[in-house]
Amino acid sequence: MIIVHPLLGPRDAQEFTYLGDASLIHRPDPKADDAAENFYEYLYQRDNLAGEHRELWFHEQGDRSWLVIKRNTLTHDILSVELASDVARREGRSK
Amino acid sequence: MTQTHRVGGGHIDRSQPVEFTFDGKKYQGFSGDTVASALIANGVKLVGRSFKYHRPRGIFSAGSDEPNALMTIGEGARATPNTRATIAELYEGMTVQSQNRFPSLNFDVMAVNDLLAPFLSAGFYYKTFMWPASFWEKLYEPIIRRAAGLGALSGEPDPDQYDKGFLHCDVLVIGAGSAGLMTALVAGRAGLRVILADEDFQMGGRLLSELEQINGDTALAWTMQITAELSSMPNVRLMGRTTVYGVFDHGIYGAVTRNTDHLAVKTKKPRETLWRIYAKRSVLASGATERSIALSNNDRPGVMLASAVRTYANRFGALCGKRVVVVSNNSDGLRTANILKASGAEVSAVIDTRLSENSFDIRGRKAVRAIRFSDGRKVDADCIAISGGWNPNIQLTCHKRGRPLWRDDIAAFVPSKDALTADMDVAGAANGSFSTHQCLQEGAQAGARAVQALGKNAAAIDLPQADDAPFEITPFWEMKGCKGSAWVDPQNDVTAKDIKLAAQEGFKSVELLKRYTTLGMATDQGKASNVLGLAILADHLSQTIPETGTTISRPPYTPVSISAFAGASRFEHFRPVRKTPSHNWAQGQGAVFVSAGLWQRAQYFPRPGETHWRQTVDREVVATRSSVGICDVTTLGKIDIQGPDAGAFLNRIYVNAFAKLVVGKCRYGLMLREDGFAMDDGTVARFSDTHFVMTTTTANAVSVYRHLEFCRQCLWPNMDVKLISVTDQWAQYAIAGPNARKLLQKIVDKEHDVSNEAFSYMACGEITVCGGIRARLFRLSFSGELAYELGVPARYGDSLIKALMSVGEEFNAVPYGTEALGVMRIEKGHAAGNELNGQTTAKHLGMGRMLAKKKDFIGKTLSEREGLNAEDGLYLVGFKPVSRADTQTDALASGAHLIGQGKSDTAENSEGYLSSVAYSPSLKSYIGLGFLKRGQERIGQEIRAVDLLRGTDVLVTVCSAHFIDPKGERLRV
Repeated sequence: MIIVHPLLGPRDAQEFTYLGDASLIHRPDPKADDAAENFYEYLYQRDNLAGEHRELWFHEQGDRSWLVIKRNTLTHDILSVELASDVARREGRSK
Repeated sequence: MTQTHRVGGGHIDRSQPVEFTFDGKKYQGFSGDTVASALIANGVKLVGRSFKYHRPRGIFSAGSDEPNALMTIGEGARATPNTRATIAELYEGMTVQSQNRFPSLNFDVMAVNDLLAPFLSAGFYYKTFMWPASFWEKLYEPIIRRAAGLGALSGEPDPDQYDKGFLHCDVLVIGAGSAGLMTALVAGRAGLRVILADEDFQMGGRLLSELEQINGDTALAWTMQITAELSSMPNVRLMGRTTVYGVFDHGIYGAVTRNTDHLAVKTKKPRETLWRIYAKRSVLASGATERSIALSNNDRPGVMLASAVRTYANRFGALCGKRVVVVSNNSDGLRTANILKASGAEVSAVIDTRLSENSFDIRGRKAVRAIRFSDGRKVDADCIAISGGWNPNIQLTCHKRGRPLWRDDIAAFVPSKDALTADMDVAGAANGSFSTHQCLQEGAQAGARAVQALGKNAAAIDLPQADDAPFEITPFWEMKGCKGSAWVDPQNDVTAKDIKLAAQEGFKSVELLKRYTTLGMATDQGKASNVLGLAILADHLSQTIPETGTTISRPPYTPVSISAFAGASRFEHFRPVRKTPSHNWAQGQGAVFVSAGLWQRAQYFPRPGETHWRQTVDREVVATRSSVGICDVTTLGKIDIQGPDAGAFLNRIYVNAFAKLVVGKCRYGLMLREDGFAMDDGTVARFSDTHFVMTTTTANAVSVYRHLEFCRQCLWPNMDVKLISVTDQWAQYAIAGPNARKLLQKIVDKEHDVSNEAFSYMACGEITVCGGIRARLFRLSFSGELAYELGVPARYGDSLIKALMSVGEEFNAVPYGTEALGVMRIEKGHAAGNELNGQTTAKHLGMGRMLAKKKDFIGKTLSEREGLNAEDGLYLVGFKPVSRADTQTDALASGAHLIGQGKSDTAENSEGYLSSVAYSPSLKSYIGLGFLKRGQERIGQEIRAVDLLRGTDVLVTVCSAHFIDPKGERLRV
């Protein structure tokens, strides 16, 4: 596969390591009353999608950016690539 | 025997005769021959024995689809089994051996299997070798493997080199026949970067094998002219002997080039090159493969594909037979007959199944002798040329799960529109267009489409004049009403009857049929047999072929040697090696090295007279504890962390507090995974308000860095903190022992005070050594002694170890390796990788009190889970053997289970395990660390450490994990 890195352009997928579902960005609030249940959901429950999937890749052999990649798991078409930090900020993560 | 079947014509070089041996016998061929064409020219019919029944087999095809003529080529370590004689180029002195026969090809004792054929039908293995299960490995499998099989490897290391390469192009053209040449020409003239790859050693594809006219000249002349023009273009790369074996995502293609197999003298050039080709577009012009018809005894040597018979006559000037019977269900039949006549063979019959309804049987065992019709008439023949129609080579369109489409008019599968991804096109026979005119036209059109898609203009091209006779076929798959077996897949010995039997037994889906009968498996992957088998299945089920389905193919298109995939990654080059700056020095000291991931670390430093590693390690430990020792700890991960939020960041990473760590101090830290289990430990030194340096374990340096970046970028993107790995930038040495400070003071520059008062336990600082060399000093101890870690920029690492050893002479300083390091940390009770094994929590490790209550950190919430906090969990404690006269051995083994006295050695009685053990020269006893149920409450109890693998059973006393200096007084002096 070829991943078009938002800063570095097309890069071979061999340069990256894969983590999984981009929902891992949304680490639950540890102070919430149901924090234990939320962390359990966060860490162990995953949708097994056939189709468009948002996932985290790490450019380990490159600039060490975490990326959020939207990929079709059936065709391997890559629909979008963004810096994970941009996605995280946009989706409300801060400090 | 001279070349009895050699005739005139062909593209071989008769001025260059080539000698070779087949099964020890000498033969002669010519340069430009394949092994197969040379054997045919010499009248050799019998070339192999079949996989299962050991039936005599001959050359069947003239290309990479060959199912029968699999040979072992070459000698010694270079002997390569299962090589298709039809694509192996002949070279001087080549040795060729037939396979799967004993004692000889002509007399094979296993041919008795052929008589047993009625009992060896489809699914025979599954039905017969069922029980007893214990017989499988010991009896059945070895017997089956010996009886059924192909060639054997030499068993010696491969003497050849293999390489990998990367190529980029605008258009990859796969196949250099009439269609591919035209595509390349159009794209090349438009200035695109073109790669034209063909598996053959000569460009031209089918044009090399047919007596066609193009633009009024021979097809060969036209081929040479186009190839010459393409060769002259700097933007076109012609790659012969190159098979594009797979299509991968996003325009990536796998290809393999065979560089040296055709050379008599093997050069140092890589034998094969595995290419990864990045292409913006590709055009599949892979042609078509002829298929057989299921006839009675159609596997006899001399029964061949008609197209192959033409190839041998036209391209190689070799006659497959002198009296040939042509059997065809399509318009190609007469063409074969005419060519054979022109070449000087007698065509004794042409049987067009569209006209004739007479069934017949093929006679002869080790070679075809005749055919006999059901009405008793007999026609002598030494070759049967069969044409059952053509299968477009659509395999590469299936690699991304494209499903082929059945076309009734040509009775074959073609690539469906959906099967072609946006960047792949198809042209010519691969698209089911069989006339030369159509191939040239489609090739030119595909070239123009590629040019246009890439935003360039294609110049108009005059289409060469060529034959455009329509291809007409009436499907005819199987001749019924004959006595002998009708073979569908000669490579796997699958007959029409086997297919019907499988269907009767319920294996009606084509995927199941394949696995049950082995139809279409092995080296040819059913190029000749799949569609025929499918048609017979459809016929048996009274379905159409599209209703019955098709198997789609996966990479590779043809077999690729494992060596090519390995490339240069063999032996010591399998992985990169990381060496510390003191490596060469350590080597000079006679160090024994151990791999720690990619790192090579000195394990111990034997001295003359030491006969056992334990002697060396005991000496290193004693010398360190009594005076001073030096150990290279460069391999520990080092991460530089800077920014206003660095302290707050670390506070969330580690279970213990870091924000308030004072500048100039280090702190031990434990980090958890988000699931609450221990991830890694290490130390952090604070050099300024905004600057920290973290160390990680050697093994987790990469994963911890990845984790930190995940936290920084994905969880807390607005934290003002930056990370960089500096593991390779700093050489670092541990200096441990009561004389550590005295030694250190000899190289630390005077202005830096490293006295106990000025530089106390856990201090850190940026200093200079040896007259101005920048260094970092940390007062840390893994050994339990007064100890420092001294880091210098990596380029000074080699000089520093020499300087340390030199000034250390007066203290009898010793270098120590990872073994002594391990012994001392076990004596001290420090957890390491064996304890941080992914199954232990802070609490299990005896660090429960470190878990901060008031702050959040990664893993906090889930570390509070009930299951991880059970009182009867496994807790880290120490173990010492109970010295008893009757104990055979007191050597502890890590991994041993802890089982109560008098209890049986079963899993349910296991109360924990030993994680690390060592012989402690300080205590003069074996000691161990391990995890024991309620361990912290059981100090002083006795339990057995049982290792059933190594056969040891040692009574041990549970004790504190801290065997040495439990109060830590030595650290602070």
